[in-house]
Amino acid sequence: MKKVPVLVLAAVVAALSFAAGAATAPTQSTSLTIYSGREQQLVKPIMDRFTRETGIELKIRYASSTSLATALVEEGRNSPADIYWSQEPGTLGLVGARGLLARLPQATVGKVPARFSTRSRRWVGTSGRSRVLVYNTNELRESDLPASVWGLSNARWKGKIGIAPTNASFQAFLGATIRLFGEARVRAWLRGLEANDVRFYPNNTTVVQAVGRGDIEVGLVNHYYIYNLLAETPDLPVRNHWFRDGDPGNLVLAAGVGIVASTQKATTAQRFVDFLLSKTGQRLIARGPGAAEYPLVKGVPRRPGLRPLDSIKGPKYNLGRLSADLTPAVRMLLEEGFIK
Amino acid sequence: MTSSAAAAASPGRRAPRFLVLAAGLVAAAASVPIAYLALRALSADDSARALTPLVSTARLAWDTALLAFGVVVTTLAVGVPFAWLVVRTDLPGRRLWGLAASLPLVIPSFVAALALLGAFAPRGLVQEALEPLGVDRLPEVTGYWGALVALTLATYPYVYLLAAAGLRNADATAEEAARSLGASRRRVFTHVTLPALRPSLAAASLLVALYVLSDFGVVSLMGYSTLTTGIYVRYESLLALESAAILALVLVALALALVLVASRFRLRGAIYRSTPGAGRAGKVVPLGQWRWVALAFCSAVVGLFLALPVGVLVWWSITADRLTGRTGVAWSAAAGSASMAMAAAVVAALVVLPAALLAWRYPSLLSRWLERLTLLPSALPGIAVALALVFVGARIGAPLYQSLALLLVAYVIRFMPYGLASTRASLDSVSPRLEEAARSLGRRPVHAFVSVVLPLARSGVLAGAALVFLSTIKELPATLLLKPIGFETLATEIWKGTSLGAYSEVAPSALLLIAIATPLVYALSWRSAWELGAAD
Repeated sequence: MKKVPVLVLAAVVAALSFAAGAATAPTQSTSLTIYSGREQQLVKPIMDRFTRETGIELKIRYASSTSLATALVEEGRNSPADIYWSQEPGTLGLVGARGLLARLPQATVGKVPARFSTRSRRWVGTSGRSRVLVYNTNELRESDLPASVWGLSNARWKGKIGIAPTNASFQAFLGATIRLFGEARVRAWLRGLEANDVRFYPNNTTVVQAVGRGDIEVGLVNHYYIYNLLAETPDLPVRNHWFRDGDPGNLVLAAGVGIVASTQKATTAQRFVDFLLSKTGQRLIARGPGAAEYPLVKGVPRRPGLRPLDSIKGPKYNLGRLSADLTPAVRMLLEEGFIK
Repeated sequence: MTSSAAAAASPGRRAPRFLVLAAGLVAAAASVPIAYLALRALSADDSARALTPLVSTARLAWDTALLAFGVVVTTLAVGVPFAWLVVRTDLPGRRLWGLAASLPLVIPSFVAALALLGAFAPRGLVQEALEPLGVDRLPEVTGYWGALVALTLATYPYVYLLAAAGLRNADATAEEAARSLGASRRRVFTHVTLPALRPSLAAASLLVALYVLSDFGVVSLMGYSTLTTGIYVRYESLLALESAAILALVLVALALALVLVASRFRLRGAIYRSTPGAGRAGKVVPLGQWRWVALAFCSAVVGLFLALPVGVLVWWSITADRLTGRTGVAWSAAAGSASMAMAAAVVAALVVLPAALLAWRYPSLLSRWLERLTLLPSALPGIAVALALVFVGARIGAPLYQSLALLLVAYVIRFMPYGLASTRASLDSVSPRLEEAARSLGRRPVHAFVSVVLPLARSGVLAGAALVFLSTIKELPATLLLKPIGFETLATEIWKGTSLGAYSEVAPSALLLIAIATPLVYALSWRSAWELGAAD
């Protein structure tokens, strides 16, 4: 009995804290709601700058690109979001293919090279990232590394390779490669990896850490992971390796943004997208704390120490195809037991 | 004093209609995620079904069951002896041990997995520490065994808390009677003490198993595939909502099987308390020379499951923060976590009462299924529950969608099974005769319940509220999708750090989470129960 008043009291306190939260909720006439799959640390300076320059308040929901994408699908026409900013061209393509993103003006899409957008103009790239082979500099020299990603199925690499098969960028690479080289060749390559006792990691960060520890010697990841880990552990023996020109292992992907089709604020949303593609926006994207991706608009400097984006020669592949090409990739990974 | 389960029921008596209605409403809310998943699964086309071939789905279900079984066994092996030592013996410092045994509950399981991986990685912290002794490589803690250890860490406190509550609630007079009739101490333990614990252990094992079914953080980091990782793969890779829903329904079926098994175990040979007031505490067992063994056992458990992960977190926060220079302790996030968790604990403890009462006092097919439906959502991964409420919430729209109120609903749906199982376990040791007596003396049903039954079930209700609190405070997937924008919790702060791989930024928030929960674990689950034991 003594406990009942305590419960009641706690309920009252909880109710009051709700009321307080509701009372202090800001109300402004000009605002945008953004679903951001990009991390707060990376994009906060950009968001703050936009609000300072335009007076438009940004309400930002941070979560993984994919869980925000699933939320957009389930919300459908009722989504409170005006903007979807994603890490992954694949999820942008899938959301766009369901008709949930509005068509962007040609002038907006035209600000970035054609390979970083889609013909349907449902989304536009905001930064570029390259697939690379990360390697342990204590165990290997650059000259030891294969010239092509296909070379990783060679027995020379037995027990020394790590990948993150559930990672969206890995799956995008695989989807593009299946499109360009056919199912049979890619399946044979996956089986070669399996014969080489390839090791699976939950994400790119853990692949790079494993390479750093020397558990494995090489890993297939995106180019920017080493920079954050080097910031935490400067003597980590890891470096990026690019394959020969045109190799599918050099595929360049993009993070990108789209305007949610059901928005009532299309003009304001358009302003935000244009800001991301402005010189200011691109500079903040490329040079913010923890950022190591490529700006996509001409004339904006990249982070020092990065090789020029134009010098990375990936395969000829349009990222707009990913929404269709991901399914065969995931199915193959399931069939080969790389994911379950 | 001992009566059979059949006599507990009063089958002739009809359950009060408001009780059925209340329990029905709660069960309906709990069924929202399952209904949503069924809706999605029904719209599956051939390509969705191609992503869930029968053989590999069966394989995933088997691997999931195997892990759940293993974790239940290890948590029982760790939690029951620990609870007995704390409650029934003269173990030195037992109050502190009791607190230390409950605390791992507040460590988010993915943080625990990260810490274990950080500590035991081939060249991790433990190996570094052992380097001078010539240890240059440790066996890797990944896969099944890694997941087993990390999930045991995350869930043995369920067993400990419910077993301790059960031991405190158990009526010592039964044990004393058995002793006086010449039974050996061991025989008393196996024939009187353990059977009296049965409801608690069945409930705790069920909670552990459901937790394992729903877990994503640990198994994905440890590289062990379960139905839940399969569900995430389908959501994340392809937005394949339909095939994810098919796997989630398989998960629900597995959970239902576990619920049925647990309810078979629960009541066999029930032993009721004989006295209506505070139960008499059992005699303290002197450990004698065995206390060193007991202390070694407790030290090993607390060392591996509390000191090690906390130590790794402290290490990470000391060797901190070159990435962004941000060392901020998120106080507003702490306040957000604590107030929402408190609200969820209170609401959950209250809303499960009708179902628990109904199942205990008026057993029938209906009451049993209302209880089971209410238990099931805890087996679902957080993202599935979150998407169900996104689906429903977005259609209701503002101001409810993405409000604290809807977030609270999500927390209660996800975690009220902990309150229900715990409340039910403590009700099971209360003889319905007592309530009948109160009513025959003229008390109205509600009054009889509040004044006679509830005090006896108090430790279970409070333990349940504590479990809901501790689960809510670390919840992530539903929080990210359903919270109002700008509202932060410690779990979302931790998530922001890990998604960049910046573990040093995770550590301060994780430590703060543990600091907040410590006094609550103390107050809710332990002190009140202790007063109960010390009342006479």
